[in-house]
Amino acid sequence: MAKLESKVPSGPLAEKWRKHKTEIKLVNPANKRKYEVIVVGAGLAGSSCAATLAELGYKVKNFVFHDSPRRAHSIAAQGGINAAKNYQNDGDSVHRLYYDTLKGGDYRAREANVHRLAEVSVNIIDQCAAQGVPFAREYGGLLANRSFGGAQVSRTFYARGQTGQQLLLGAYSALSRKVGDGGVQLHTNSEMLDLVLVDGQAKGIIVRDLITGAVTRHSADAVVLATGGYGNVFNLSTYARQSNATAIWRAYKRGACLANPCYTQIHPTCIPVSGDYQSKLTLMSESLRNDGRIWVPKRKEDRLKKPADIAEADRDYYLERIYPSFGNLCPRDVASRAAKRMCDEGRGVGESGLGVYLDFSDAINRLGEPAVRERYGNLFDIYHEITAESAYQTPMRIFPAVHYTMGGLWVDYNLMSNIPGLFVLGEANFSDHGANRLGASALMQGLADGYFVIPYTIGDYLAGQKPGSRPATDRPEFKQAEDNVTGMTKRFLENKGSQPVSHFHKRLGKIMWEHCGMARTKEGLEAALQKIPALKEEFNATVRVPGSADTLNQSLEQAGRVADFIELGELLCRDALTREESCGGHFREEHQWPDGECKRDDEKFGHVAAWEYQGEGKAPLRNTEPLNYEFTKMSVRSYK
Amino acid sequence: MNLLGSLFKSSIGKKILMALTGLVLFGFVTGHLVGNLQIFLPPAKINAYAHMLESLGAGLWLIRGFLLLCLVIHVWLAIQLTLENRAARPQAYGAEHVIRATLASRVMARTGIVVLAFVPFHLAHYTLRVGSPGWSEHTFRLTDGTLVRDVHTMMVQGFSNWLVSGFYVIAVGVLAYHLSHGIVSAVQTLGLKNEKWAGQVERFAAAYCWLYFLLNAAIPLAVLGGFVKLAA
Amino acid sequence: MVAETPSKKLFSVTLRIWRQAGPSAPGRFVDYPAKDVNPDMSFLELLDVVNDGITLKGDEPVAFAHDCREGICGTCSCTINGKPHGPGKGIATCQLYMRSFQDGDTIVVEPFRAKAFPIQKDLVTDRAAFDKIQQAGGFISVRTGAAPDANSIPVPKEDADLAMDAATCIGCGACVAACKNASAMLFVAAKVSHLGLMPQGQPERDKRVLAMVQTMDEAGFGNCTNQYECSAVCPKLISHDFIARMNRDYVAAIFKSRFKPASNAAAGGAG
Ligand SMILES: Cc1cc2nc3c(=O)[nH]c(=O)nc-3n(C[C@H](O)[C@H](O)[C@H](O)COP(=O)(O)OP(=O)(O)OC[C@H]3O[C@@H](n4cnc5c(N)ncnc54)[C@H](O)[C@@H]3O)c2cc1C
Ligand code: HEM
Ligand code: SF4
Ligand code: FES
Repeated sequence: MAKLESKVPSGPLAEKWRKHKTEIKLVNPANKRKYEVIVVGAGLAGSSCAATLAELGYKVKNFVFHDSPRRAHSIAAQGGINAAKNYQNDGDSVHRLYYDTLKGGDYRAREANVHRLAEVSVNIIDQCAAQGVPFAREYGGLLANRSFGGAQVSRTFYARGQTGQQLLLGAYSALSRKVGDGGVQLHTNSEMLDLVLVDGQAKGIIVRDLITGAVTRHSADAVVLATGGYGNVFNLSTYARQSNATAIWRAYKRGACLANPCYTQIHPTCIPVSGDYQSKLTLMSESLRNDGRIWVPKRKEDRLKKPADIAEADRDYYLERIYPSFGNLCPRDVASRAAKRMCDEGRGVGESGLGVYLDFSDAINRLGEPAVRERYGNLFDIYHEITAESAYQTPMRIFPAVHYTMGGLWVDYNLMSNIPGLFVLGEANFSDHGANRLGASALMQGLADGYFVIPYTIGDYLAGQKPGSRPATDRPEFKQAEDNVTGMTKRFLENKGSQPVSHFHKRLGKIMWEHCGMARTKEGLEAALQKIPALKEEFNATVRVPGSADTLNQSLEQAGRVADFIELGELLCRDALTREESCGGHFREEHQWPDGECKRDDEKFGHVAAWEYQGEGKAPLRNTEPLNYEFTKMSVRSYK
Repeated sequence: MNLLGSLFKSSIGKKILMALTGLVLFGFVTGHLVGNLQIFLPPAKINAYAHMLESLGAGLWLIRGFLLLCLVIHVWLAIQLTLENRAARPQAYGAEHVIRATLASRVMARTGIVVLAFVPFHLAHYTLRVGSPGWSEHTFRLTDGTLVRDVHTMMVQGFSNWLVSGFYVIAVGVLAYHLSHGIVSAVQTLGLKNEKWAGQVERFAAAYCWLYFLLNAAIPLAVLGGFVKLAA
Repeated sequence: MVAETPSKKLFSVTLRIWRQAGPSAPGRFVDYPAKDVNPDMSFLELLDVVNDGITLKGDEPVAFAHDCREGICGTCSCTINGKPHGPGKGIATCQLYMRSFQDGDTIVVEPFRAKAFPIQKDLVTDRAAFDKIQQAGGFISVRTGAAPDANSIPVPKEDADLAMDAATCIGCGACVAACKNASAMLFVAAKVSHLGLMPQGQPERDKRVLAMVQTMDEAGFGNCTNQYECSAVCPKLISHDFIARMNRDYVAAIFKSRFKPASNAAAGGAG
């Protein structure tokens, strides 16, 4: 049974972080260079962490599977980053950002973590501006803001529709500076395939060079994982194709607890699947719902008719019908689930039947085409590029898609997992978003963790490690982990199977989406828990991985990742089954209010579920960390 | 790197030198053309002009030396850049595709070589007057009584030869073509161009090059066509 | 049951793909016929499908680089019919859809070719040279925590917008691939200009351009001949104006470093 001590400092909420910083142990400057830290990942969380630790004087080794740190999935974030700067003088404050984030997460995050996030949010903007991030500006030269869902203030900073890109390039430039001066040793095309524990502490990793196939051992005084989210367990998602869960999953198998894996976020406005070959779902900004009206035909028979041929009276503007007060602007999860219900009724549009219309004809009539073009032109262009349809002439087709995973490795207030010496940052941890993440807060969290939290908290751990006590890589623990990796590779390559890896990923995705997607039921989850182990068996027996281990072999990379996804998928369903309530991104049909809103059960589930691996073939252990709300009342989340 | 090092060793430095020397040569050929166009005026004009140049003495040699230096640098760097550029793409594409690089821009080295080949020929022909010793003897008396070399006669006699004129017309055509990319390119290289006025630069270059070619070609053609005759 | 599906007409193409087993192995084109191509399929999705077919036959699938599949990460990098990122303007390979092709087409697919981008396998090239250039000076030296309030340095909107134009570069390397000299000037100019246009970037402006250009030269890229193939294929349509700007910055920097007085003080302060 893992020990889950949150290590939240005592004292008033707003004082905790400041107090904690003054109380935790420090490493003296001369000693810092004697410590080596492995950072896996160079997204917002990883690169900000690697750069900052190197600035402090630690020796940093940074590993990414990408060919350059700049390609991490963070690059794709569009909308913006929140910060409680109150530059708009509209009443924002650290407390308000804290409250919005906590409430947005449906009261399933730790108060102290969320408050710290809100506190350091302001430093992030300062840091990024100083790095030269070209944030949007007003004519006076000061920073501009936009508003985002779940907030009543304008606190989102942005750089056109490419905020993630610009923030990542900022962090990447800081990292590059430290690589240039030798502070960070950068290993690109290097995939971490196992975590090495020595005396119960994280002291190294096993890495495969994706180009040469060489498997190497690396030891350190501490290991930081910042390897991103696991949304591709659904196969189709808005994630980059290569995003994967291997790092956190292998750490899980070494004893790190995986918390709340069932908290997954589904974004309502994405471009629907067009065929079996589909590899990726593209996000369309939520802002479209400000002027677009969502509908499906009233009758199933009409679903393949041209939208223009469906009379007004035969259209069902279902959001406006079901949620008259919020209409098309109801919250993300509600809109997503409603679309699913329409499609389940057989009224979904498009060839696949998995789509609903987002219609701008009213807006065009009301505002004129130029005004609509001005507001949404670039989004209409993206839509046209992908579908070859003009949303000025015919309604867009949209459908919800997997977009973010709130769950992740369990960490305490110091961002350390239950394995001493293993720290987890960014989307890879479970910490700050509870059961649902608000828009523009993932970027904030990644950078908060990397720039402003870990640099302090890692010192507390390292100060307890003797300088130079880092284990040698010829220890048996390293050999065992390396053998584990090479054994897996060998098994894949020697398997005389017949199916490509992608085949299994697609099937896993279908199971997950059907049974563990937007709306989950006991029966569905139980069915999934039958199907997934069967799929795993079939995968092991029939997967075909061509090529060899000592060159670039993308099938081999995929095989390992999909194997992990299959196992993670099972755990995700198990978590969803045991969490018998609805909260945020986790919606159990059995637990809803009459209006379709999530019905939480704070009494029974006001806790974090942290799963602990018990060995192959054994059921994992469900540990819990109670969420003791001291400062804020857990109330029913309502946006009415 | 020191200043000269940065100029001669770095890619941008080399390009800057190419542009600067190119522009010097451009200035020279423009001036040269203006001078030569005096062939359409009474012979006294061009002969007086030639005399004025020759009377510069050491100054003329300084200018010639400077021009030669520019040419040498221009050609030397052209060779270096071209070789480096080839080495940067050791393996060619299976399918070649050009989007908007103009033909002129793609044959700069080749047009340059034609111009380079023309230079010694041209110098030998008119400056050193190899093979036509008689040209050095022709004289002309200006209105103020000075006796000067008769350049006018030399030019008319020179261009009466179809082969010479033909090569000359081709060479100035090729040079104009070289400049059609060269001028715009130099403005960009020196960092003076942007999309706001790129169109104007391009139109200027096109107009200049046509004019340069036509006016230059007009000289031998006028001689061959009998419009410019030996002074009576 | 389902009336008249407005199904797209499927078609066939031949992919003529560059296969090369490793960095020093010889490469060659191999034809792969592809049937039942849906015009709504992306080009990379067709490669996925073709690869699954190759795998089923027991051969090694074509290695190609990709990740975000929405034109932002800069990983995808095919030259299609001689044009980096293929037909279309302002898009990356992953944003190319099969409707851009016709039944019966033979599509030639090659890696980005440049000495500074060695081929690793099939269509995958090593673009680490870009990272090296960045490490040489593509940053503003600001330690975490040392930053002043973000609004204490106003940035004129025009400068911020222009800087953003340059900053949208996704580091794909198409500019290098398209240039007949395999020159990296557009990429480097975009970096230099982005930081050089921001007030925060001024202190290191000269040092930055000198270091980045030197590293670019050492990596084996060719020289710019102002033909603008780079900006024509750039998925973010970054303007070659930035190259002119960098040239200017470079000249200014070399003259300043020659003639500007420098302090004799050694680094560091008194103890
Ligand atoms: C389309 C889209 C739009 C979004 N828009 C927004 C937005 O507007 N605002 C917002 O706040 N959030 C947004 N998000 C969410 C946000 O972008 C991510 O949550 C966040 O960027 C994650 O950052 P990260 O550093 O944790 O991980 P990532 O950026 O995913 O980085 C993971 C890193 O880990 C490395 N890695 C992973 N596994 C291994 C391994 N085994 N070995 C070695 N290296 C490994 C990778 O190479 C990479 O460097 C968006 C997400 C998507 C999909
Ligand atoms: C009177 C003679 C010449 C003039 C006026 C001239 C002018 C120019 C100019 C203005 C440029 C543009 C520089 C730039 O790109 O920034 C140029 C480029 C060039 N010239 Fe010349 N040039 C002359 C002779 C030559 C010769 C003899 C060669 C011989 C090989 C040559 C080869 C080149 C090459 C290769 C370039 C580079 C093209 C490029 O960078 O795109 N030039 N020239
Ligand atoms: S400048 Fe354009 S083509 Fe070149 S790397 Fe950047 S985005 Fe790619
Ligand atoms: S795959 Fe990311 S830009 Fe094409």
